[in-house]
Amino acid sequence: MDSQHESAPASRPPESSRSETTLRVNGKPHTLTVDHRRVLLDLLREDLGLAGAKKGCDHGQCGACTVLVDGRRVNSCLLFAVALDGCEVTTVEGLAGDGEELHPVQRAFLDRDAFQCGYCTPGQICSAVGALAEAAAGHPSHVTGPAVPSGEPVALDREEIRERLSGNLCRCGAYPRIADAVEDVIP
Amino acid sequence: MKSFAYVRAGSVEEATDAFAAHPGARYLGGGTNLVDLMKLGVETPAALVDVTRLPLDTVEELPDGSLRAGATVRNSDLAAHPAVRDRYPALSQALLAGASGQLRNAATTGGNLLQRTRCPYFQDVSKPCNKREPGTGCGALQGVHRDHAVLGHSDQCVATHPSDMAVALAALDARVELHGPEGTRSVPAADFHRLPGMHPERDTEIHPGELITGVVLPAATAGLPSAYRKARDRASYAFALASVAVVLHLADGVVARAGIAFGAVAHRPWRARRAEDALVGAAPTTAAFEHAIDLELAAAEPLRDNAYKVPLARRLALDVLGRLAPPATT
Repeated sequence: MDSQHESAPASRPPESSRSETTLRVNGKPHTLTVDHRRVLLDLLREDLGLAGAKKGCDHGQCGACTVLVDGRRVNSCLLFAVALDGCEVTTVEGLAGDGEELHPVQRAFLDRDAFQCGYCTPGQICSAVGALAEAAAGHPSHVTGPAVPSGEPVALDREEIRERLSGNLCRCGAYPRIADAVEDVIP
Repeated sequence: MKSFAYVRAGSVEEATDAFAAHPGARYLGGGTNLVDLMKLGVETPAALVDVTRLPLDTVEELPDGSLRAGATVRNSDLAAHPAVRDRYPALSQALLAGASGQLRNAATTGGNLLQRTRCPYFQDVSKPCNKREPGTGCGALQGVHRDHAVLGHSDQCVATHPSDMAVALAALDARVELHGPEGTRSVPAADFHRLPGMHPERDTEIHPGELITGVVLPAATAGLPSAYRKARDRASYAFALASVAVVLHLADGVVARAGIAFGAVAHRPWRARRAEDALVGAAPTTAAFEHAIDLELAAAEPLRDNAYKVPLARRLALDVLGRLAPPATT
């Protein structure tokens, strides 16, 4: 390789591996030039300084990185940021909005002491917020009975909460209190 | 991870053109499996053609009474769709038995069909695997293979297909719609995935550059009693050890139509044709169900450490058949 190439960081055509992408994160627009390999989780934590979403397994198996994209809960470790151009992202930092009041799910986790080490908590809270919205929108789960009518809001009992939050692992085993907290905020 | 070019396609033609223009490209759906495989170094695409914004995100009723689900419909939305829940309950149940709420919100219909095996040898680039790297051997054959195939495997590959959804589609006689350089075609879902034979690197019958555009659920199985049951190591959020989808139509006291497919026992959803043939025309009794399932599973060739799958699959099938047949007749 000649010295000219060594000194030029743009020796590779930039459009081949990087693109400009615009995301709204917790209500604020951000336009960044991202490496195509950048997953949303790393963009949030490293480019935007939002360290609420956690890197647990980095393979979509633990749920610690859960955030809301366009209002739906997803694993941010498995989403390339470039593919989310124009999307609305909400992280645990943005759930409460601008005021002093915590989101009801955050408040319930505090009231129920629904954590031990706390590492999985932001993912648990975002997942619970997403799960409550899904049930309200009539999304069934693996344990929803066949008699529950299609398209109607699904009532969440303990079994439903446990099933719907099964994508969030807690190494400490704080599950009973997590389920308590979610039960507290069921409308 | 190796760097790659990124192209967002706005139409099916744009997607297939971009794929053709970029050697080494992969289509990107929800990414729940592909992104992980890229992190693991199993997949190293030179380009990703993002198909998630194609106008294939609706479930529509067709004039002939069938139901078409676009390839980019998310698994959670397909499972919740009233027409799917009411007319093809096995499909909704299978989708909801898979993955987690977060993953189902991202995963697409097309991507679910194209997900790769979770065989640990396939996912570890330091291990031999004929599927990942033809000619290197099969680590699982004499290795850790408790989760592997008991039917239709070869000495080249003993992996299973991990999808729950595909098992229900096979039992329901769904078809997979494809668009590629040579035009459009459709393939029965039960024939879409392959057995490994000498070429385990090929999971499906898809041609290079072809894009799944949707799946069609036929009018013939709409509204028939159907169900999906899955056994796994934990109560939720785990791949199947064995699973079964059953469609059962009774008329005049006998079985008029039976669709039975097993999951997690073979390189593809295992459509139990011998059992179905034995059941059609028979009275839906426990004895008839046992006879039919035993006929099918007689072909099983368990590996050293997975013989448990055969009685497990048998009991799952008998349970679901018994539940779908009215109690008075069994």
